[in-house]
Amino acid sequence: MATVRKDAAAPAAREAAVTGKGPVPPGKARSRTKRSTLPLTIGSGLLGLLIWVVLANIGIQGFPGPLEVAERAVTSIGDGTLLGDALASLRRVLTGFVLGVALAVPVGFLMGWYPVIRGLIEPWLQFFRMVPPLAIIPLAIVLMGIDETPKIFVIFLASFLSSVVSTFQGVVSVDSTLINAARVLGAKDRTVFTGVVVPASTPFILVGMRIGLGASWATVVAAELIAAQEGLGYRMQQAQLYYDLPTIFVQLIVIGLIGLIMDRALLLAERRLTNWQERR
Amino acid sequence: MSPVVSGAPKIEFRDVSHSFALGGGEFAALDRVNLDIADGEFVTVVGPSGCGKSTLMNVAAGLLEPDAGEVLVDGEPVHGPSPQRGVIFQQYALFPWMSVRKNVEFGLKIAGVGAAERRRRAERFIDMVGLTDFADALPKTLSGGMKQRCAIARAYAVDPTILLMDEPFGALDALTRVQLQDRLLDTWSRERRTVLFITHDVDEAVYLANRVIVMAARPGRVHRVIDVDLPYPRTEEIRLSPEFAELRREVWHSVYHQPTPMERTSS
Ligand SMILES: Nc1ncnc2c1ncn2[C@@H]1O[C@H](COP(=O)(O)OP(=O)(O)O)[C@@H](O)[C@H]1O
Ligand SMILES: [Mg+2]
Repeated sequence: MATVRKDAAAPAAREAAVTGKGPVPPGKARSRTKRSTLPLTIGSGLLGLLIWVVLANIGIQGFPGPLEVAERAVTSIGDGTLLGDALASLRRVLTGFVLGVALAVPVGFLMGWYPVIRGLIEPWLQFFRMVPPLAIIPLAIVLMGIDETPKIFVIFLASFLSSVVSTFQGVVSVDSTLINAARVLGAKDRTVFTGVVVPASTPFILVGMRIGLGASWATVVAAELIAAQEGLGYRMQQAQLYYDLPTIFVQLIVIGLIGLIMDRALLLAERRLTNWQERR
Repeated sequence: MSPVVSGAPKIEFRDVSHSFALGGGEFAALDRVNLDIADGEFVTVVGPSGCGKSTLMNVAAGLLEPDAGEVLVDGEPVHGPSPQRGVIFQQYALFPWMSVRKNVEFGLKIAGVGAAERRRRAERFIDMVGLTDFADALPKTLSGGMKQRCAIARAYAVDPTILLMDEPFGALDALTRVQLQDRLLDTWSRERRTVLFITHDVDEAVYLANRVIVMAARPGRVHRVIDVDLPYPRTEEIRLSPEFAELRREVWHSVYHQPTPMERTSS
């Protein structure tokens, strides 16, 4: 079994890659940055809004201002289309994501635990990781028709690929001393696996899930642009046909917000579940 | 209060050899090691870095199967680890997602001890190492010394007859180290578990042991065995006595003036 400690700091490093934040300095420095973020965030929002107003007013052809977009948002909330579209997109993402993770975690564990399985699966994994999930859509539509199946399949693929790699990495980077510590206390393979390998790799799995959810969300919107009867991407596609810029803006903002909320929620879950980690 | 070195040894190393693959060749980490450890004896092992001390301990723990020879415990050959042989690692090896209490209960749970009894027994050992107030704390909140005390409680909880300790106090500051040495001796003199204690600290080796095993490197082997005829309980007085100084000089000499390594890298 491969239990070489490769890079204990990997989850933290990858997290930094996800959030775009570098490692947080300990102690005082951290609380200082925390205090100063909120005013900056508000200021940044106001500045963005200002630039938007200016852009709308210097008259780029058809460029809607914040008010116009807000009005459109209110209408689409009022007639229920926004909620319906958001729910349609979310349903696809969550179905594909849950299926992808549900398969990725056991496969990742098997790959980490049995070198033979790793050897068999890894080449395919590496290959498909290089194929953007969206590139699978034409194939999926031809093979599976234009209903929900191809979209969910593509999302499933996106979340599976990112979660399986991180689960596998989590397993191989479990500290071999912890495994030995369990064994000398009488643990047999099964207990070592459930009692040590699984909890020790959760930080990796959760980081992979977060990356996977981000990838899934990006994929669903794009998939809906290509073929759908409802959903945020579909609504934008329709709006494009009618040069309806306010609607496109509303959809874009909602897509961003939902993505942000999902990411924060998973981040929070991750922090909660892995607060036992020593953060250096 | 010397140990009664009579009857069959508790641990016997019989011509134990082990090599690691090294750049196409083989590196002899242990070369025909023979060593008997009596029941209730406190043996320390010192030697230069890389002389095979950890390898020796891993073989005794059953974590490593030697290439040749065998280790007998109570006359039975060792194959695989057993809770009868408790191991303390230098890096503490606490399960970071478990509280102190859960760590200490881990071995008991595997042994099938019921929840209430488990809790009671864990509490006793947590008290013993002075971590009562930290029973529900996570390892990341503990200092190095507290972590190692927790690891010691975890090992004691399953009631091993042998303790194998690999530089357990190596990463601790000098004061904490001395405190833990005294606690360990205190427990040992009450319970008389057999202890195989690895260290790179000559003072520590002499202070704790009935017998100091000095190893030499390349290939890893037993270089000298030095009896420590100092009485227990060991105290500061003993630490400062001329006899202690003499023994320390002797051990020091055999650690640092070793025969030139006989390279044994075959390919
Ligand atoms: N898993 C391993 N693979 C290859 N070489 C190893 C391995 N473990 C130990 N060695 C080598 O064996 C020798 C003895 O190691 P070790 O028993 O850890 O020494 P010590 O504990 O005395 O410092 C060292 O030279 C080390 O480099
Ligand atoms: Mg060592």
